[in-house]
Parts: sequence; C-alpha cells; structure tokens
Amino acid sequence: MTVYAAPGTEGAIASFRPRYDHWIGGEYVPPANGQYFENPSPVNGQTFTEVARGDADDIDRALDAAHGAAPAWGRTSVTERARVLNKIADRMEEHLEELAVAETWENGKPVRETLAADLPLAIDHFRYFAGAIRAQEGSISEIDGDTIAYHFHEPLGVVGQIIPWNFPILMAVWKLAPALAAGNAVVLKPAEQTPTSILYLMELIADLIPPGVLNVVNGFGAEAGKPLASSPRIRKIAFTGETTTGRLIMQYASQNIIPVTLELGGKSPNIFFSDVAASNDEFYDKALEGFTMFALNQGEVCTCPSRALIQADIYQSFLADAVARTEAIKQGNPLDTDTMIGAQASNDQLEKILSYFDIGKAEGAKVLTGGYRAEMEGDLAGGYYVTPTIFEGKNSMRIFQEEIFGPVVAVTEFADFDDAIKVANDTLYGLGAGVWTRSGADAYRAGRAIEAGRVWTNCYHAYPAAAAFGGYKGSGVGRENHKMMLDHYQQTKNLLVSYAQGKQGFF
Amino acid sequence: MSDDVWPPQAAGAPPAPPARVAVTDSAAALLARLRDKHGELMFHQSGGCCDGSSPMCYPDGDFITGDADIHLGDLAVAAPPDRDAESFTVPVWMSRNQFEYWKHTHLTIDVVPGRGAGFSVEAPEGVRFLIRSRLFTDEESDLLRD
Repeated sequence: MTVYAAPGTEGAIASFRPRYDHWIGGEYVPPANGQYFENPSPVNGQTFTEVARGDADDIDRALDAAHGAAPAWGRTSVTERARVLNKIADRMEEHLEELAVAETWENGKPVRETLAADLPLAIDHFRYFAGAIRAQEGSISEIDGDTIAYHFHEPLGVVGQIIPWNFPILMAVWKLAPALAAGNAVVLKPAEQTPTSILYLMELIADLIPPGVLNVVNGFGAEAGKPLASSPRIRKIAFTGETTTGRLIMQYASQNIIPVTLELGGKSPNIFFSDVAASNDEFYDKALEGFTMFALNQGEVCTCPSRALIQADIYQSFLADAVARTEAIKQGNPLDTDTMIGAQASNDQLEKILSYFDIGKAEGAKVLTGGYRAEMEGDLAGGYYVTPTIFEGKNSMRIFQEEIFGPVVAVTEFADFDDAIKVANDTLYGLGAGVWTRSGADAYRAGRAIEAGRVWTNCYHAYPAAAAFGGYKGSGVGRENHKMMLDHYQQTKNLLVSYAQGKQGFF
Repeated sequence: MSDDVWPPQAAGAPPAPPARVAVTDSAAALLARLRDKHGELMFHQSGGCCDGSSPMCYPDGDFITGDADIHLGDLAVAAPPDRDAESFTVPVWMSRNQFEYWKHTHLTIDVVPGRGAGFSVEAPEGVRFLIRSRLFTDEESDLLRD
C-alpha cells in the first residue's frame, strides 16, 4: 500500500504551478483578456491552481501558431513523426507516477487506475500510432494497362479537438496520437473541469514537438469551445461529450463543410446468461467483477456498464453475490493505492447523480445498496463522493435510459436470449455492451445481435490500442483506438495517371 | 417555484394539460441575468456522456431544432422585482426519441454550483443548470393524453 502525498504538500511527487496560461506555439501565453478561472480538486473541493480563461482571440492565436507549423510538420517523413511519438511515450513512461498523481488530483479518480490504466494506455497509444503510421501504405488501382490510380494519404492540416474530463490525459491522447501521426497540427481544448493535467504533460514533452504543432487553449465551452468548433480555419473537429453539444458541433461543421468525429456516450447493457453461475469458480468470480465494473472510474466512463441484465433463473443468487461484491468496494483517499473508488469530478456531477437517486426512487426502482452521497472526513471533507449504488427496476425507467455518469447500475432480469437482446437494444445509444457466458455460440450470437460498437465478451472496461472503439445509434460517429482512426485525420489524394500516348477521343 | 400553466388559461375553459416544464426561482433569476448578456435564450435537454442528461442553455436559435425535436413548453420568467426589466419566456426542447423515455415525467430546471460544461452559457458563472424530475400524477397523465 502506498499513499501519495497530495500535490502542494511535503513529499509530493507532482506539483502544480499556481497559474496556467495557454500553451501556444510551444510556450505559455497569457490569455488575451487577462482572465483566469479556478481549478478545484474533487478530492477535497479546494482550489489548487488557476487556469487561463480563453476566448475567440486565444483560439485565433492558437490557430495562427498551428497554421504556421502545419505545412512543415505535414511534410516530415513518417519515420520522423513516429520517432517523435515514440519519444513522447518514453518521456511519459519516465514520469508515469508523477503524471498519475497529477491526474488523480485534478480528476478525483483513484491513483490505482491512473497508474495501471490511464497512463500506461496513453503511453501505448502513442507507440501504437507510431507503428501504425510507419506501416500505413497508400494504394494503387490498375484501371487498365495504361491507366493507374494512385492513392496517397495527406494530412488534413489544422484540426480541432475538444476533450472530456473523465480521462483528461487518455482521452486527449486518443485524439492526439492519430492526428499527429497523420501529420496534422492541433488546437486542443480540454474540459473546463480538468484543464491542467494535459498542460502538465505539455511541459514534459515540450522539447520533443516542433512549436505550434500542438496547442492547448483552456476555457469554457461557450467562450473557447464554440469559436474553435465553428472556426473556418480548422479542417476537422473531434469531440467527446454528450448529444446536444455533439449536434451543435455537427451544425457548426456543416457551415464549414468539414468532417466530425463524435463520441457521445451510452447506456451500456451488461448481460449475464445463466450458465455464468454453473460453477462457483474463477470465471464466476470474474463475472462478478464484470458486474462491479459500473463503479470503475466512479462510473464516469462513456461505456459504464450501467444496465445489468441477469437471466431469471440465476437472478436472485447472482444479484446477492453482486451486491456483496459491490459493498466490498473500498472508497477513500484517491491517492491511496488501495482505494478502488474516488471522488466524482465536479460538484454539478455529484448533484446530477443525487437527482437521479430521486427520480429512480420516485419511479419505484428499489435501492439494493448505496443511494446516497458518501460524506468523508478529515482531508477529504468537501470532496464529491458517492456510494456505489445498485437499483433494481424496469428498462423503461429513466435510470435505465439515461447516462447518469456515476457509480450507479440499474438491474433487471430477462427470460431468454431473445428477451436479453430486445432489452439490451431498447436504448437510444450503442457504444458498449458486455456479454458473459460459458457458451461460445451464445457469446458470438449475442455479440453480433447487440447494436453497439464495442461488445466486451467475458471481460469489460479493457481499452487496448488496436481494438476499434466507437458508437452505433446516438453514440456518435467514427472509431478511435485503431489504425482506422488515421483515416479520420487524412485526406485521400488520388492521382489518376495515363501512360497512353493516344488521345481520349472526345474532341 | 413558478409551476404555473403557460399560457394562462381563461376562466371557465376546460382543464388544460399541465405544463411539462417549470423553472425554480433561482434558475429564473439566473436566466434573467444571462438574457442581459446573451439575448433571448433556449434550452435543449441533452443525453449521453459526460455533461449529458443536463439541460443546455444557448442563445435562442444557436442550436437548430427541427423535426427530430419536441417543444416541451416555454418557461415563464417574471421580471426580477429589484430591476427594471420585462418578463420573458424561454423555450425548452428535447430530441423526439429521448422524449419517448422522458414523457411520463415533469421537469423543473434548477441551478447548482458547478463547472460546466458543453457550450451552455451559464458555465462561466460557476453554476450549472440541472433537471429535477417528478412523475406526472395519473390525473395529469390523463390530461396530457387528451
């Protein structure tokens, strides 16, 4: 067991500046309007730094820097770009613990997750795209003996990226690694709840990236996000967030006729077929962990398995074991490596979760465990903590249909395979799903029948690079985490070449 | 809390269906301040990830609504008593497919301290609009069906 010292206290391995400016052209640049906003840690609710409050002027300056850097960066060889990405990965690895503590302090998630998931995955993501861009090939179509179509990949130029707060570094890297690998320059706006972690990373890797290739402007969505998303000076916008903002970003993109990729969340079903309980063995234990994954990252994951569907004949016994497993989750200081669940990322997030406790109860759902704010003592008083919560109810209830983004799962039962698929697909979303069974045939059929981009089969919440991630239905457009993401950041240049000497014959 | 039917009903008229949306006094006061800054306003109820399941407040018309949306009603915001200002209304919208899962609930827009996010105009004020819900009574549900 290790308890890391809080940043700003004696012995801390991560320390923040008292104030952060924008990162433009490879250096800190104060906001044009001179304004800053406070950044509180969800761990204790106390402000630990202040951050530049950007607006359209700052976005423009960042776009200037990006446009200045994009042509040269886009002409670098893939060998060179891969080398840069690999160096970034190495540098992050050297500072892994420090970055993990910094991100935990800003987001509130337990350090065991940042140490074991967020940072290692981010590091590997750079390495994956370093490899992918080296291995990428254009194509040739032989139209006829004298006519050849050559297809080249070209960078888009300058792209905009808007990042969520649930994985401040990893979600940024999911978008940055393919964009940079493909030769684009980036203007990135972090979430206003978590504006600092990514700047912490920028400082560490500043000497590795040419100035202007990667620019970070902080601020509120209405003030900084909108001018970025609606700018005619970007060739693509990528966004992770929710549906209304996703639609708004598509509207802005339509005005400039640029592509968008959107990842907009879900209400992911986690299906447990009865043969899961055929034996009380290691696999059964794994399935119970799979159920409990709703509490990973405090439930603040777009693919949170927030609907558990359990087959009727094992419903009571499996659920009893699942409640016990959930009650064994250790909640506490996020900087303690034994802590399994930390703080929600912000006060409004906490309030929203509590409002869903009200509507869940009003609709007649039964609370099997949790259902209240966890009041912490000592150094953690004032933080935003929620006890892991299990509701039992029906799929038509709002707690089964809306992404609560907290450690809350809604449980119901199903009769047979067809019933399971019907309930699983009765949702507006289609991002993730889980299927648990000892039958390979059932697993395959269920996985294919569920309308979702990612179906974890006998596992959950694994995010390795090379496994495509993205949504069906209302969950968005595009796929991240896979080399196909390169296509989202590239133009296709076709040279249609005739080697024939004779005229075409029209005139 | 102003939970009145909007628009007001003439005396003797048959019972009107209940309003689907309402606004708390604190949220109404915030709307009055935001309107000074941004002009006429609108809400669109979001779904999905991160800051989803929250009402997004925009300058009216900034978010393009269409056949995919339902107009839930207009929030009536009275003039703040301490100021020389006019009363106004704020339309509330939701995606039609989302409405299918929400239609049995009455929604009240409230405000809490918070940080964001999306492009909703109140976030820079250090507050966040929040939806509070209650089930329609059987009587209300009958009137809404008529």
